[in-house]
Amino acid sequence: MKRYIPLREAILGAAILTLTLLVASRFPGFIAPSNLANVFNDTAPLIILALGQMVVILTRCIDLSVAANLALTGMAVAMINVALPGLPIPVILTIAVLMGAFMGAINGLLVWKLSIPPIVVTLGTMTIFRGIIFLISDGKWVNSHEMSPAFTGFPRTVLLGLPVLSWVAILTVIVFGIMMARTQSGRSIFAVGGNPHAAVYTGIDVGKTQFWAFVASGALAGLTGYLWVARYAVAYVDIAGGFELEVVAACVIGGISIAGGIGTVGGAVLGAIFLGIVKNALPVVDISPFWQLAISGSAILIAVAFNARSGRNKGRVILKSAEATQ
Amino acid sequence: MMDTPTTRHIPDRLNSRAARIFKSWEALLLAVAIAIFVVNSFASPYFLNAWNLSDATFNFTEKAMIAFAMALLIIAGEIDLSVASIIALASTAMGLAMQHGAGTPELVIIGITVGLLCGAFNGFFVTVLGLPSIVVTIGTMSLFRGISYIILGDGSFSGYPSSFAWFGQGYIYWVFTVEMLLFVIIAVIYGVLLHKTNFGRAVYAIGNNPTGALFSGIRVQRVKFILFLLTGLMSGIAAICLTSRLGSTRPSIASGMELEVVTMVVLGGVNILGGSGTIPGVVIAAFVMGLVTFGLGLLNVPGLVMSIFIGLLLIGVIALPRLWTMVAQRPKA
Repeated sequence: MKRYIPLREAILGAAILTLTLLVASRFPGFIAPSNLANVFNDTAPLIILALGQMVVILTRCIDLSVAANLALTGMAVAMINVALPGLPIPVILTIAVLMGAFMGAINGLLVWKLSIPPIVVTLGTMTIFRGIIFLISDGKWVNSHEMSPAFTGFPRTVLLGLPVLSWVAILTVIVFGIMMARTQSGRSIFAVGGNPHAAVYTGIDVGKTQFWAFVASGALAGLTGYLWVARYAVAYVDIAGGFELEVVAACVIGGISIAGGIGTVGGAVLGAIFLGIVKNALPVVDISPFWQLAISGSAILIAVAFNARSGRNKGRVILKSAEATQ
Repeated sequence: MMDTPTTRHIPDRLNSRAARIFKSWEALLLAVAIAIFVVNSFASPYFLNAWNLSDATFNFTEKAMIAFAMALLIIAGEIDLSVASIIALASTAMGLAMQHGAGTPELVIIGITVGLLCGAFNGFFVTVLGLPSIVVTIGTMSLFRGISYIILGDGSFSGYPSSFAWFGQGYIYWVFTVEMLLFVIIAVIYGVLLHKTNFGRAVYAIGNNPTGALFSGIRVQRVKFILFLLTGLMSGIAAICLTSRLGSTRPSIASGMELEVVTMVVLGGVNILGGSGTIPGVVIAAFVMGLVTFGLGLLNVPGLVMSIFIGLLLIGVIALPRLWTMVAQRPKA
């Protein structure tokens, strides 16, 4: 029964709708289609990254290096653009995705071949990637006037009423939606997170699946790195600083279990949109943006408490009830 | 159930090969620290200066205070990512109180109280509601710092009483700072707590096998709650030292420190998955991190490039023993 009515997504969707209507009651312009499109476009990077993070979390890992990966790739393609302004955008996109995937592969290899805990690996690579940005850029900024118009124009090009950035997010959602629901790799990802031991017996290589999850997350981070730098037309060391936790937060709010195995593409997207609306609505209704952190923090706590409550009566661990009485 | 030796995990693990690797790893870490010290003293003529070295201890003393409590928490299988935000909130509360005329003793009490309250808040969510600590503390990390931002906006508090400066800027004797003294006292307390008491054994037991620990009569949730109180308390104390040293409070104070604290703990040989680790290891790791950043700083290496070294050190420390065993096991396989 529950399989056909995704309750968690319905509740999250209702929360988003209520939030939007509340804002609209004080400022009707907020729900104008053009404004909602802007909000979606602002949230697009978070949506793309949340999908990569979702795959990693589903396999019982965590990727804290996404924001640093994004920043390093963004800086690298910006510098490539300055050095070779004539390079066509598809080449830039390929470089960004491959570079991100390569960094993801480093994380994945360390987790797979050396079985180092993912949180330690990505904590380390996070600081390493940030350091490398400083090393290659010498701490200097790449500003808009140094970038070529084609480079900065691509994510802003409007296609059928939406900027390319939004379309990339929509495309990613579709690809991941199909992958998670309809393909064997999607099923292996759930299997690895749900029960690694059982996954081994069904012939799934747990470490390899985790490796590919990190590669996917890295590739998306690289892609977002180019889009981010091009959209804001600036690259510097601290780009997207602390964004990795916002990405994890989007997943948690979207009902993806940090213990792995449970979660949906729809949940991750809704979680990201929820955070995006919070961020965009605050200035509109005259609440200082300084409230944003506290609101998203509370949202994480409420979401995780709700998720735990809905999953509690399953009794996955036999002795859980004995433990709870303590 | 009672007659089964459920506590056997503890002595077993402590004498296992993995534990011995960690023990010898502490020795190796110490050698690394000494090597860095020697290299530094040759690399820069300014290194072997008592005042410089004393200044360098600020690189790690505040982080290490939290790292000791964090080590216990991680050994017990949990984590607290909100520690830096607790510092921000405690510091903001102290700033508010200072503006209402609070003196140094009140400021100290407020800092510690806010730390404990934040720890209790985390502990409540983790132990009473049974939620994963990594998610809870990512949430409270935003929440606590968010409250600081709500109160402070883009402003700051400064003008702390001069007697308050003693905690972060004072000297006990010659070049030995108040913070260094606190660091030593806290290290000894945590060393005794973890290695010489029943509470410490309970922490290891919980990290190795929570269910087994429960059935051997350990109040798992209560111990975990106390551990969250301790990280909160240490963050409060660190907030007092840091606020006093900087002489001001900004909402962005100590940002990113939670990951440095975790790095320090893991570098010290504490297993991030829980169950093993020692306080001496964390002490040495604190010195290694302090020496690396200080030495590289004297060589004019920018802060962000230092982070490459810290990241490589972190992954290297964990990867080397595993590579070692992989190579050692290869001929047999």
